[in-house]
Amino acid sequence: MAGTALRGRLTWLTGTVRDVTQETPTVRTIVLDLTGWPGHEAGQHLDVRLTAEDGYTAERSYSIASAPGEPVAITVQRLDDGEVSPYLTDELRPGDELEVRGPIGGYFVWTGAGAEVGGRPLMLVAGGSGIVPLRAMLRHRERIGSKVPTRLLYSARSLPEVIYRAELDSYGRDGVQVIYTLTRSQPPGWAGYSGRIDARLLAEVSWPAGDDPATFVCGPTPFVEAAANGLVAIGYPATQVKTERFGATGR
Amino acid sequence: MTTGSYPEPGPAAALDGNAVGGLLIELFGTEMTAALGTCATCGARRPLAETAVYLRAPGAVMRCRSCQSLLIVVARVRALNCVDLTGLAALDAPAGRAVPA
Repeated sequence: MAGTALRGRLTWLTGTVRDVTQETPTVRTIVLDLTGWPGHEAGQHLDVRLTAEDGYTAERSYSIASAPGEPVAITVQRLDDGEVSPYLTDELRPGDELEVRGPIGGYFVWTGAGAEVGGRPLMLVAGGSGIVPLRAMLRHRERIGSKVPTRLLYSARSLPEVIYRAELDSYGRDGVQVIYTLTRSQPPGWAGYSGRIDARLLAEVSWPAGDDPATFVCGPTPFVEAAANGLVAIGYPATQVKTERFGATGR
Repeated sequence: MTTGSYPEPGPAAALDGNAVGGLLIELFGTEMTAALGTCATCGARRPLAETAVYLRAPGAVMRCRSCQSLLIVVARVRALNCVDLTGLAALDAPAGRAVPA
């Protein structure tokens, strides 16, 4: 059955690194040339497989950072004790090969359907590298010309640790409000928020629940718990808050 | 059923069903994170993406986020995946999508 691609099955594909971009000192975006990629939606992820010379393999999931129609990109945060991420952030070079399979996920997805004028507003809440799938949604929104009112609340430890900062700040002209909260250190004169995300902060910056926003929360597990509970506390129906959690061994 | 060998439920350690999206495609042959699972213990009916998932077990453990009961346990034995779905009363395709054949 070699070479037989079963419909509906995930097939490992060998991509070639087209480009790498250093986003922060510990975060890198990797753009891949992938033949046979079936396309993806904003919010989906893919699996990466590394194989050592002795045949040992390690797999990790990473959110897709690019919009549908763009070359597949992932953004990887270096974990010092990680088995996979240090290779991706420190070793991988343009021209190198990388095995991936995907796209994966059909729940934490924003298709843009209903995003025409008068469509549901978009409420995005990111913790750390949880920004990655939400960035794919923002790029998708721009590419399809959607004008749905959009707010991004992004919690990072410090300003230098904000991923995609220049890009996020550039969305301001287009109906996207980006609100940062810096939880560990703030630059001198910082006029933005500095507390952890809780119901009080969410009540201040989120769309009113009555606007029925499409809502996506992504980040480390404790962050997502706090943000999702906070949104429910200010009246968001739990069933309308889509969440994606990652841990130290995951995305 | 013996549950003592599974990691104790704890929100801080849990991922969610998105993290096993690839594994679920391997098992079911289709996207399953948006599929609706009904907990056989408490009756909560939620997308599999919202289950509490523990990957530190030998395999994957998916628990109900409402009552912490086991919903799906997957153990990989040599090249075979052993799948226990007895914690689910029902598993349905999301609204608007056909049930996978």
